Amino acid sequence: MSSEFDITETLDVKGASCPMPVVKTKSAIDDLDTGDVLEVLATDAGSMSDIDGWAAGTEGVELLDQTEGGDVYKHYVRRTE
Amino acid sequence: MSTDTPDTSAVDAPTRAELAARVDELEAALDDATDDGQKKMSIIATKGTLDMAYPPLILASTAAAFGYDVTVFHTFWGLDILHEEKSGSLKLSSVGNPNMPVPNVVGALPGMDRVTTSMMEKKIDDNDTATIEELLETSLEMGVEFQACQMTIDLMGYDEDDFYDGVTTGVGAATALQDMADADIQLLV
Repeated sequence: MSSEFDITETLDVKGASCPMPVVKTKSAIDDLDTGDVLEVLATDAGSMSDIDGWAAGTEGVELLDQTEGGDVYKHYVRRTE
Repeated sequence: MSTDTPDTSAVDAPTRAELAARVDELEAALDDATDDGQKKMSIIATKGTLDMAYPPLILASTAAAFGYDVTVFHTFWGLDILHEEKSGSLKLSSVGNPNMPVPNVVGALPGMDRVTTSMMEKKIDDNDTATIEELLETSLEMGVEFQACQMTIDLMGYDEDDFYDGVTTGVGAATALQDMADADIQLLV
């Protein structure tokens, strides 16, 4: 687990499946300030690829890290603008 | 008189000011051509079965999450997705799909659509897949524009008040075509 950033808020989308992890991540990051980091907890295996692709194709967000442990996939996204 | 620079006065060369004006002109044309950089997606939704209602809504909400301006133009049975009473009870056809667990000859029996629809609804529930209404509401919250084709509203005998709040009515093919012409992604579902 990375300690290079402080988590501002955690979004729990465990149980939700495509497209909700990405859609809810977008809504949650819109509510944060520039520089804030959102932690996303998901059980959807597709979220690893989906949130990676979403962050790459979306202005103003940066994917800092993704981890997998147990049945939970964790994503760390910073709002950059 | 000698000079280091060649005498260009005789040649019909543009002046620096003319070149600067031309550059400004081209940059302005480029700005117009590239728009404001806003990405756009246009979807035409024509189907109203439970399985075919998902793709437009999943793509619309996901594109909105990517920052796209999204328009979904609903026509023919696609209108049922936006219909307040019908959207919660869309059916899955038990015939015409060889992947269904029942043979067509059984699927054609009365009531079989209800059986296969119930099976699908159970799977959706078991997998925590978002319902059509959830996807619709989420998409509306994210700014997706849902349009209901006026010609098919009249054809199906629907009323403009039958649709969810926020759905645009009174639009036709020309509106859809304009959206498609402006869009980066166009899909017919």
